[in-house]
Amino acid sequence: MTPLTAFDKIWNLHVVKELNDGSVLLHIDRHMMHELSSYQGFDGLRGAGRRVRNIELTVGVQEHILSTDPGRNEDSFAPGADFLYTLRQNTQEAGIELVDFRDSRQGIVHVMAPELGIALPGATLVCGDSHTCTVGGIGAVSFGIGSSQVEEVLATQVLPMRKPMRMRVVFDGILQPGVFAKDLILYLIGKIGAGAGTGYAVEYAGPVIQDLPIEGRFTLCNMAIEMGARVGFVAPDDKTIDYVRGRRYAPTGKSWTAAESHWRQLTTDEEAIFDREITVDTTLIGPQVTWGTSPQHVINVDGQVPDPQSISDPETRRNAEQALAYMGLTPGASLIDLPIQNVFIGSCTNSRLDDLRAAAAMIQKRRVAAGVRAMVVPGSTSVKRAAEGEGLDRIFIDAGFEWRESACSMCGAVNADKVGPGERCVSTSNRNFEGRQGPNSRTHLASPAMAAAAAIAGRIVDIRKLGV
Amino acid sequence: MQKFDRLTAVAAPILTDNIDTDQIIPIPRMLASMRPDYGAALFGNWRYVEGDQPNPSFILNKPPFTNAKIVLAGENFGCGSSREHAVWALMGFGVRCVIAMSFGDIFFNNCFKRGLLPVVLSPDLVRSLAAEIMSTSEAHPITVNLVDRKITTVEGTEINFSIDDGLREILLEGLDEIGKILKHELDINAFQMRDRQLRPWIYEATPAALRQQMAVATGSVITSEPIKR
Ligand code: SF4
Repeated sequence: MTPLTAFDKIWNLHVVKELNDGSVLLHIDRHMMHELSSYQGFDGLRGAGRRVRNIELTVGVQEHILSTDPGRNEDSFAPGADFLYTLRQNTQEAGIELVDFRDSRQGIVHVMAPELGIALPGATLVCGDSHTCTVGGIGAVSFGIGSSQVEEVLATQVLPMRKPMRMRVVFDGILQPGVFAKDLILYLIGKIGAGAGTGYAVEYAGPVIQDLPIEGRFTLCNMAIEMGARVGFVAPDDKTIDYVRGRRYAPTGKSWTAAESHWRQLTTDEEAIFDREITVDTTLIGPQVTWGTSPQHVINVDGQVPDPQSISDPETRRNAEQALAYMGLTPGASLIDLPIQNVFIGSCTNSRLDDLRAAAAMIQKRRVAAGVRAMVVPGSTSVKRAAEGEGLDRIFIDAGFEWRESACSMCGAVNADKVGPGERCVSTSNRNFEGRQGPNSRTHLASPAMAAAAAIAGRIVDIRKLGV
Repeated sequence: MQKFDRLTAVAAPILTDNIDTDQIIPIPRMLASMRPDYGAALFGNWRYVEGDQPNPSFILNKPPFTNAKIVLAGENFGCGSSREHAVWALMGFGVRCVIAMSFGDIFFNNCFKRGLLPVVLSPDLVRSLAAEIMSTSEAHPITVNLVDRKITTVEGTEINFSIDDGLREILLEGLDEIGKILKHELDINAFQMRDRQLRPWIYEATPAALRQQMAVATGSVITSEPIKR
């Protein structure tokens, strides 16, 4: 038998039919929907007199255009109200399960889906959202889709797809103190570029990944799209199985036994061939911070931002010049001690319990620096409750952080949580594009520990120097 | 998606080159609400003055062109963003066919998702069609026949046009992507039947399925919360 990659095995199991033009109809096991990108699909269905084919494989959740104020209601962020009501109505009419924002299961879609066991290893999962790749952390093949594809999945439960190429990124070496999954992925994107994954499904592998907890794997997979790859995943292993077991919607009894032995087969065969292989020596990686307006604009925190004069390619040079101007930085500058005005700990990249623990550990009874607005937005209501159970909320609140309700929040400024014009934010999210966190906002992406330390210091610091 | 075979209707010449999707539907009108009136938003910057007063000198505000279902256009019509909203705006107004000297690539493809026919004719032919139309004051319609790939002008002249066979079929049959996928519905059914045996857990413990089981077990009727607004 031909040796296969884990991705090939999962893909093959979902091929409903091969079409003449080289594409296939791929079965979709789970379709997640949020209030911002699903109503167009329902409008389309209605217009064409069609029904939702598999309501049991479809779940809606409210999390995007939603206030994070404690005690929030539909109107707390007024522009979102129509979207929230519409998702409620669409799911109710179709008989689709809705996780309303008042529901204890609520959370950012990519956080709550695996947390509840709705997302499963070896399953295909889609959502009208580019960071759907996050769920690859438990070995699902998950990817973002557009409005018309949302409608296609609602109506048919399949998608016409061309098989992506396969890439494997092997992380090998020692993980230095102060270095987290976020640093691994930022470093990788900095090395290979924000477009290097285009057209690929990326498997993360190697000793460092084997040791990485599932939560870190989510962070790694979340940012696959930031290097252009629609799919990022880690093949299922013991850690995966342990993570899934006992989750609310995970299989039980005989079904579990069958599922577990199935998942254990979904690994990459020894001799399998990838279209591209990359090896990263993690020993070289320190805490990462972005300096520009693309996730590939990233350096070790103790490094220097580039000098565009030293870049020979004219297009890249112009890009770097523009990014530096937007970010208000001088060529060759150091990021350490750069004053900041905002810190955001949240988003589908870094808002799980481990992330909040790592952030809280940096606080050590100190307070957020004067003039800094710092907020913690847990990735799901259940992460929030669990954190409160451990007393993390007290640590944050006592230090002067805002402790908010779960939603996308300042990650994409789709609600009232925004970074002011010209202000800097150290953010645990995934995109530092121009204006991403508000008009003329300046974003520095980093890990939760780096973000928390920056909040306390009021400037960017190297957490390795703090002796914690 | 709407079928297209033959259409006899008033054609409105708007021959400016490079009309981009932001002109076809301006962004503020597009984002005004979840579902703006796309038809009313069409050419919003040109059609209205002082907010929402019809601009009397714009062609679509002048009879008989208020009923136009065909637009004659210049070079590179529909260039710009990938937004399908441009197609929705044209169709919302009632336009079913655009005859242009050339089209923006993405717009051209988007037309086939909703049932708008884009026809490419040489600049000379477009100009002479437009001239004929403008030389009469009455609502003389032209006919676009996709079955025979023919346009019949106001004066009865026939013009042949060419179009990709696959794309023509999509419009003739009114097939959208979903329609095409559903041609394989039996395969999807068979796949799921097999898959339920192979991977029962995918279908079993989902939130909706569990809720239903619970309802059956407790003998309760499933009711969802009323929508409050
Ligand atoms: S947290 Fe940010 S990246 Fe993640 S789904 Fe929400 S808006 Fe998108």
